Amino acid sequence: MSIDVPMGTSERAASAALVRKMRRQDVIFAVVGVIVLVLVMSLLMALVIDLVHDGIGRINYDFLTHFPSRRAARAGVFSAWVGTTLVMFVTAFLAAPLGIGAGLYLEEYAPKNIFSDIIEINVSNLAGVPSIIYGLLALGIFVYMLGMGPTILVGGMVLALLILPIVIVSTREAIRAVPSGLRESAYGVGCNKWQVMWNYVLPSARPGIITGVIVGLSRAIGETAPIITIGALTFIAFLPESPVQGTPPFVNFDWLQSPFTVMPIQMFNWISRPQPAFHVNAAATGVLLLAMTLAMNGVAIFIRYRLRRALKT
Amino acid sequence: MAETSIKASEYEALRNNPYLRRGRLLSVVMRGILFACAALSVAITAAIIWVLVSESWIFFKQVPLLAFLTDTHWTPVFTDAHYGILPLLTATFWAAGIAMAVATPLGLALSIYLSEFARPNLRETLKPILEMLAAVPTVVFGYFALLFLTPLARQFIPGLSGFNLLVPGFVMGIMILPYIVSISEDAMRAVPMSLREGAFALGMSRWRMSMTVIIPAAFSGVTAAFLLGFARAVGETMVVAIAAGQNPNLTADPREGAATITAYIVQMSLGDLPHGSLAYSTIFAAGLVLFLITLAFNVIGFFLRKRFREAY
Repeated sequence: MSIDVPMGTSERAASAALVRKMRRQDVIFAVVGVIVLVLVMSLLMALVIDLVHDGIGRINYDFLTHFPSRRAARAGVFSAWVGTTLVMFVTAFLAAPLGIGAGLYLEEYAPKNIFSDIIEINVSNLAGVPSIIYGLLALGIFVYMLGMGPTILVGGMVLALLILPIVIVSTREAIRAVPSGLRESAYGVGCNKWQVMWNYVLPSARPGIITGVIVGLSRAIGETAPIITIGALTFIAFLPESPVQGTPPFVNFDWLQSPFTVMPIQMFNWISRPQPAFHVNAAATGVLLLAMTLAMNGVAIFIRYRLRRALKT
Repeated sequence: MAETSIKASEYEALRNNPYLRRGRLLSVVMRGILFACAALSVAITAAIIWVLVSESWIFFKQVPLLAFLTDTHWTPVFTDAHYGILPLLTATFWAAGIAMAVATPLGLALSIYLSEFARPNLRETLKPILEMLAAVPTVVFGYFALLFLTPLARQFIPGLSGFNLLVPGFVMGIMILPYIVSISEDAMRAVPMSLREGAFALGMSRWRMSMTVIIPAAFSGVTAAFLLGFARAVGETMVVAIAAGQNPNLTADPREGAATITAYIVQMSLGDLPHGSLAYSTIFAAGLVLFLITLAFNVIGFFLRKRFREAY
């Protein structure tokens, strides 16, 4: 026996109208969603286009190999990109092992107790601390208390602290995705905990971890505020000591103690000047910075994409 | 009996095997090292609090707290020095408030659209793009605000000065959008499918379902997204330092320029700050205020976010 609800024509019409109204609501909101999306995307496109339009003509070999100058047409970003490269080197060298270690501990070792909870809450809080506060931390402790001065080493350290939460969180996510069967079989053939971690867990989590480190570095490369706060100079017309030397012992760590500037600071400095010619230089620096961060993120997304495909098959 | 003793001796041999012994030792040592890495994060927080409090202590020994909170002028390097945080604080909240006024409707619409309306393919392409946008250096946003949007906006908004709070606030709103959308969309997607199916079975449209089922169910997560976004906007530095001017100004008009807390710290750091002077300690006092504000929002956001994770 079927349930037949008796319906008059007026009721039929009313329910059809209701259905139409519902459908209309959906269409309207879908359109609103698309409009918002297009609006935001076009604003961001405007940002990129404006920057590229202003700056692309200024990027040439001279711009990359000249030091900053009082005359806009002769100024370049040589010291800035060398500084950025060296600072990133220090940051990666510090943030990767510390962040991976902390992530590994929290995911695999941490016992369920109050102290582990504190570390966990603390990491997510650190992720929300404004970057300029890290700058104040470095200014107070590294620069003055430890007397290290505004050097490349301090710049790298403060950026490493800044991206530590990013590396920790992505390491944990990558490790969580490692199937537990892998760990159990490794224990089954007699590995101890560290052997399981080092030979099985970390290698399987490698793509995710590398992605996290790259995303962290791409954030660090654009950071300006903490580097300004530690007192990095804006006008540097010399290069730090080269890390690689022609004479034994071939490597040299004097560059760590060198004053420096980085690309975002150079850009900020040029924006703050009134002459429009310097604004062109700022735009050119911005294009370079944008290209660097987008390239790094592109690599990270590519690795993640390949990882996802590998997991599917 | 004989057999077990052999096994026991084998066991002893295994225990004393130098190779295995080294492995066990390494494992214990590594556990300690990894713990040290994790504990470092706590040390960083402790160091931040210690630096801010100890340097502010020097400041508050010379400037009474009441004057700090009620004085309406902030002129630490003038001969007639005033140390009232209010101008910096109002500018900070103006800029962050404008950012939220932009980011709240756009963020809600975008996250509902992405989580409930968009096809999976579109979502999968858009999310990485949004993540990439979150990585655009803030100094680039500052350039955009000062040299592109401000001249543009001045043609439409009368009385808008070259440095103002309106445009950087707007740009910050766009800037924190990817971050907010990413968290609140996660929260919405964590709502179990059965709730959606129930709503559809009652004959709801997608729009009604989003409004009456998804948003209430994901409420704590969505709120957390906006609180965390607000904390970001409050702590954001370069956009306001570039486009909002560096002049402490207690104003109720966002068309004027005014220095925020972060812009003040940047401005002072650019100059030559003699270590140990009162001017030097002002940036730490300002930093402490900033830290406390963002901490409050972050902690509330953290617990709300944790709640939505536990709910389903």
